[in-house]
Amino acid sequence: MARKILTEHINVPGIETFDVYRKQGGYTAVEKAIKTMTPEEVVEEAKKSGVRGRGGAGFPMGMKWGFLAKPEGVPRYLVCNADESEPGTFKDHHLMKCIPHLLIEGMIISSFALGANKSFIYVRGELMYVIRILEKAIAEAKAQGFLGKNILGSGYDLELVVQPGGGAYICGEETALLESLEGKRGNPRNKPPFPAVKGLYQSPTVVNNVESISNMPWIINNGGDAYATIGIGRSTGTKLISASGHIQKPGVYEIELGVSVEEFLNSDEYCGGIRKGHHLKALVAGGSSVPILPANLIMKTAAGEDRLMTYESLSDGGFATGTMLGSGGFIVFDETACIVRNTWNFSRFYHHESCGQCSPCREGTGWMEKVLHRIEHGHGSMHDIDLLVDISKKIEGNTICPLGDAAAWPVASAIRHFRDEFVWHITNPQEATAPGAVYMGEMALV
Amino acid sequence: MEEVKPQLLKITFDGIEVEVEPGTTIMQAARKIAEADDSQGHLVPPAMCYYKPLTASGGKCRACLVKVSAGSAKDPRPMPKLVPSCITQVQDGMVVENTTNQAVLDTRKSIVEFLLINHPLDCPICDQAGECHLQDFAFEHGSAKTRYEEERRTFDKIDIGPYVQLHMTRCILCYRCVYTADQITNKRVHGVMNRGDASEISTYIEKAIDNDFSGNVIDVCPVGALTDKTFRFKNRVWFSKPEDAHRDCDKCCGKTTVWYRGDEVIRVTARKNTWGEVNDFICNTCRFEKKQTSDWVLEGPTKVKRSSVISANKYRKDLVAKPDFALKLAASQFKNIDDSRPYVTDEDTIRHQSIENNDKANHRSLAANNN
Repeated sequence: MARKILTEHINVPGIETFDVYRKQGGYTAVEKAIKTMTPEEVVEEAKKSGVRGRGGAGFPMGMKWGFLAKPEGVPRYLVCNADESEPGTFKDHHLMKCIPHLLIEGMIISSFALGANKSFIYVRGELMYVIRILEKAIAEAKAQGFLGKNILGSGYDLELVVQPGGGAYICGEETALLESLEGKRGNPRNKPPFPAVKGLYQSPTVVNNVESISNMPWIINNGGDAYATIGIGRSTGTKLISASGHIQKPGVYEIELGVSVEEFLNSDEYCGGIRKGHHLKALVAGGSSVPILPANLIMKTAAGEDRLMTYESLSDGGFATGTMLGSGGFIVFDETACIVRNTWNFSRFYHHESCGQCSPCREGTGWMEKVLHRIEHGHGSMHDIDLLVDISKKIEGNTICPLGDAAAWPVASAIRHFRDEFVWHITNPQEATAPGAVYMGEMALV
Repeated sequence: MEEVKPQLLKITFDGIEVEVEPGTTIMQAARKIAEADDSQGHLVPPAMCYYKPLTASGGKCRACLVKVSAGSAKDPRPMPKLVPSCITQVQDGMVVENTTNQAVLDTRKSIVEFLLINHPLDCPICDQAGECHLQDFAFEHGSAKTRYEEERRTFDKIDIGPYVQLHMTRCILCYRCVYTADQITNKRVHGVMNRGDASEISTYIEKAIDNDFSGNVIDVCPVGALTDKTFRFKNRVWFSKPEDAHRDCDKCCGKTTVWYRGDEVIRVTARKNTWGEVNDFICNTCRFEKKQTSDWVLEGPTKVKRSSVISANKYRKDLVAKPDFALKLAASQFKNIDDSRPYVTDEDTIRHQSIENNDKANHRSLAANNN
């Protein structure tokens, strides 16, 4: 069995209560950090651990903390991004639901490290029951003296607030999240200034993912160096992967970064292989935003090496032959899945979720969705394929926030790797629109 | 002791060096170049959402994206993405490419395309035509054909208050009116609802905008989404004659532009500067109620940008006084025509004819009005 950092005790009955969590060694990291360490030492441990942001971008968390501006007399904030809305990603939901105290312990340590006296957990608005679980856990921790005024007699105060989200995917973008948290419309802000300088209420703010913060208790207990020994190269530690699609055992799995994609997909410990009688067609490795890859490229890199579940290996080859680890939404398609329909579905999502602030994303996502809808329903023409590529290029990099990129990448990559399937849809509209019709490669053209 | 002046920052914009104060944006630096040398006006990035008098405006339309090929003297690495020039502050030694960079021009072309996707082509019946930023932007950077085949989004027209009509179908969601309502009126009943391309400027349950400065949203609107109900369908702007005027007003500065058709005042607007921006906002009384020449002290014809169709060269007395300058101007305008575009031939012909014909037509219409 691989090492578990986040989910080690997740199956212990009653782990959502303070007492059981404490019995399993919970909150010892808070005691250690607050009683024996300075905030700078905690930041140093985070830097040593090399833990990278688990929300999708993979930016080193310690480095992000290091960027936090610390002007005198201005409050600093830590905001936990629990607005997990990426299609195919459901790891934070699982973590918060099953073991809420882990996040709270991580929040206390991280807030202490950053010098924040008020921290927020911005939870996706649809997850009301999770919000209640978290609030109950916070009340328990407060009753035991781990939150509130003068924590463990150290003189350090921390108030932890759970905020229900605004019900939009865009509120998971860090600056839109901050706007939403301030009570405004969830529109992303222009950067710079970055949140580390001017974030929540114009004060320096760090926004971290649930999973990133939940790593902190282990890092404090065992040391950043110990964490860095797990994983390969700059991909340290473990990662929660939300596996879904045509596999035997969908679910949330904690892996050590560096497991090969093939092992993760086929071993009984994890996904258990593609469902019986079918074979892999395509795979989205990191949530709907990242480029989709066909079976041959996801198992081996273009250079013929085994593809590993690490930030570097998955992005090997750039977007031409690679993808990204992203937030770990592992979506598996077997040969019965229609790539055109799937791309349209993703595109429809981004069209629906675009905030409408900047023109390329507002108009471009809708345009792509309409063109894809046309192709999927048998009304496409050959120039539509190049049109889609062109639109995606014009959106990419020209928007305020990464939602534009996230909308463009799946479309561009689907056409890059499955162009023949798009062509088949356009040239054989009657067959392609028949119920259950799926392109079978060369065979279908015979 | 000598007073310490703020250190000026030197930046290179399209090969032209300019010194600006710290905190200046790239857009402002470019405007400074153009203000110093009139012939460089074409270098200034277009602004569809940015509006200098309104705080926090800009960064949304992406029309002004430019390439920063060297970040600063200290860190001369290029910026990885194109940056919005309206909100990006300059740094010493920054090198910016605007019209000299093909990627920037290509992106600008695509921004026109995106903006026009959901914009109706109803310029022939739109009151904004002739003073529309989107029209100018599309004329300068757009392509003659659309690749968009799908249905455009449409909305019903909404009356917001007794004076202003909102035609959301034409809106490009620049947020200028929202900032105006937020910043210069004391009752904000005006914002954006819904999301994405279904976003809608709205007053929430169509509540009327009712305050003394609400009319300014008409002036800040770059397109014909917010129009003056007292002026709708009255006249084309290029058939009207703008005169600077003022009056004593206890609510606002009273400095306006009064638009004439013959001897009749057909509308009153705030004064716009070279960049189409209003610096002195005016009140609704001045704008909607004072429509007699006797209400106003006239200051003389408004200076209209020479590229504007409003001028059609007929209100510029300086052109008549200096025929050489007029010739040079005409020559420079012909030079700016882009031959690669298919409709240019027609356009060219029209331009050739227009100098004579326009004058004749205008004389005719003015004469008809005067009779």
